[in-house]
Amino acid sequence: MTDARLGRSPTRRRVLQDAARAAGGCAAAGLLLSLYAVEARELPAEALRPPGALPEPDFLGACVRCGLCVRDCPYDTLSLAELGRDGAATGTPYFTARSVPCEMCDDIPCVAACPTGALDPGLETIDDARMGVAVLVDQEHCLNYLGLRCDVCYRVCPLVDEAITLERSHNTRTDSHAIFAPTVHAEACTGCGKCEKSCVLPEAAIKVLPTRLARAEAADHYRLGWEEKEKAGAPLVGDMIDLPDRGFEPALKLPGAEGVQ
Amino acid sequence: MTANAKTFAVAGAEAIATKGWFGAHKYLILRRLSQAGFLGLFLLGPWFGLWIVKGNLTSSLTLGVLPLTDPLVLLQTFAAGHIPALTAILGAGIVAAIYAAVGGRLYCSWVCPINPVTDLAHWLHMRLGLKKGWQPKRSTRYWVLTMVFVVSLATGTVAWELVNPVSMAHRAVIFGAGFAWMIVLAVFFFDLFVSRHGWCGHLCPVGAFYGLLNEKSVLRVSAANRGACDDCMDCFEICPEAHVITPALRGTGDATPIITHRDCTACGRCIDVCSQDVFRFTHRFADRPVDAVDGAEPFDAKRRAA
Repeated sequence: MTDARLGRSPTRRRVLQDAARAAGGCAAAGLLLSLYAVEARELPAEALRPPGALPEPDFLGACVRCGLCVRDCPYDTLSLAELGRDGAATGTPYFTARSVPCEMCDDIPCVAACPTGALDPGLETIDDARMGVAVLVDQEHCLNYLGLRCDVCYRVCPLVDEAITLERSHNTRTDSHAIFAPTVHAEACTGCGKCEKSCVLPEAAIKVLPTRLARAEAADHYRLGWEEKEKAGAPLVGDMIDLPDRGFEPALKLPGAEGVQ
Repeated sequence: MTANAKTFAVAGAEAIATKGWFGAHKYLILRRLSQAGFLGLFLLGPWFGLWIVKGNLTSSLTLGVLPLTDPLVLLQTFAAGHIPALTAILGAGIVAAIYAAVGGRLYCSWVCPINPVTDLAHWLHMRLGLKKGWQPKRSTRYWVLTMVFVVSLATGTVAWELVNPVSMAHRAVIFGAGFAWMIVLAVFFFDLFVSRHGWCGHLCPVGAFYGLLNEKSVLRVSAANRGACDDCMDCFEICPEAHVITPALRGTGDATPIITHRDCTACGRCIDVCSQDVFRFTHRFADRPVDAVDGAEPFDAKRRAA
């Protein structure tokens, strides 16, 4: 009776126990799911997201894995990651540059197809896409670095002479030829992967890497003197500082030395 | 044969005797056709180049104009901190409105690609005469649904889509499986050996979500002719959410014979297996107890008389 008045009826007790059991079980399942969700954030370096993809953590909260981008890709570049096989979070779209690179369509059909905005509709020009950055990862095998004129990565680049240039230098091995070094300019590179796809070596010497791997980052407080000088229109520390000349006179003059000469 | 000794193999036996095999499997056949049809629509494109529908169940585009998005998945993107583009919001609105109006859990029994899997598991489970096994509360699915949103919020991901057997199965068929079949197989074994009606009836948060949409839906099954019930229990045996039948079938007098419970998937199997034609599809506003109209005695009165 007292128990009932205090609300400690067997029914109430059972209800509370059932709720605790369900909540506890779901909390355990939820922790496992969270762990898996955190793991799934690790995108393999070879897996590139379609143009306009939000940064990976945002992308995984926005992509519903419907595959509409895959369907509207005219070159079958994109595919949906399959569970346990492709590394990228299951069901999300990706491509591997060495297999099928992005052909950089002018109308960006994959972005237009995305219903959720996981591929940012704000991307209007494909040249602004940043799927990754090409890096010449192995100079020791690159034919151009060895002094040959392969040039394939340079010539297939959709932004030739902007994203990849050939930088000429003296070939010290032959002493009479030039080396045309393929050089990526990250600010222009879209990461389409055509260079990696077309590298003639069995394993590409130039690879598209995710930006986080490909690029260094200057410390916030670093300033490039020559840039600052240009911005300011004048040297920041003024012209040569004229320090007082010393050394012609002895630092210590003996008393009475004055007037000796 | 007593009711206790009955096995699944004979649930609906009387119905087959009176209505014939097709009559006693009408809605089962229609449902399989519907499930195959929805899957087929998505497969026409990749298999035959006939692009009526693109995408998959989480989001699709029909005839290039009609966007449809799974509202549960979209809500997860909100929870993950993403404001989706208008197309997806519109698509989710259309899907939610249609299911809420017609029947929320129609998704479960007429569309979901996991339903044939768990149906098969249940058929085998009964054939093998296995015990019910672990039976968590039916309400556990709402806890799971809550968990899905909490994890989406905490991790900033569309959490359930990492493991969802429903979209895994659908995507596997349309885009390629990888090891997704393992998750489907896990659900099959879970329902077969661990827990009768375990996945769809107790745990699946997708079903829980569509159940919430089922609250005011129009399409309903009614035990309209409940006066004719001969207590054979076949409907209880075949129903994946058996608790929904009781109030409608056992109710008397003014108690509505319409199954109003949100857990009812409107699968129509109770209609199939009933040799007395107690059940029929109707709408939620047809709330006149038929037994009062046709003069048949309500079930309880009959039982009392016996």
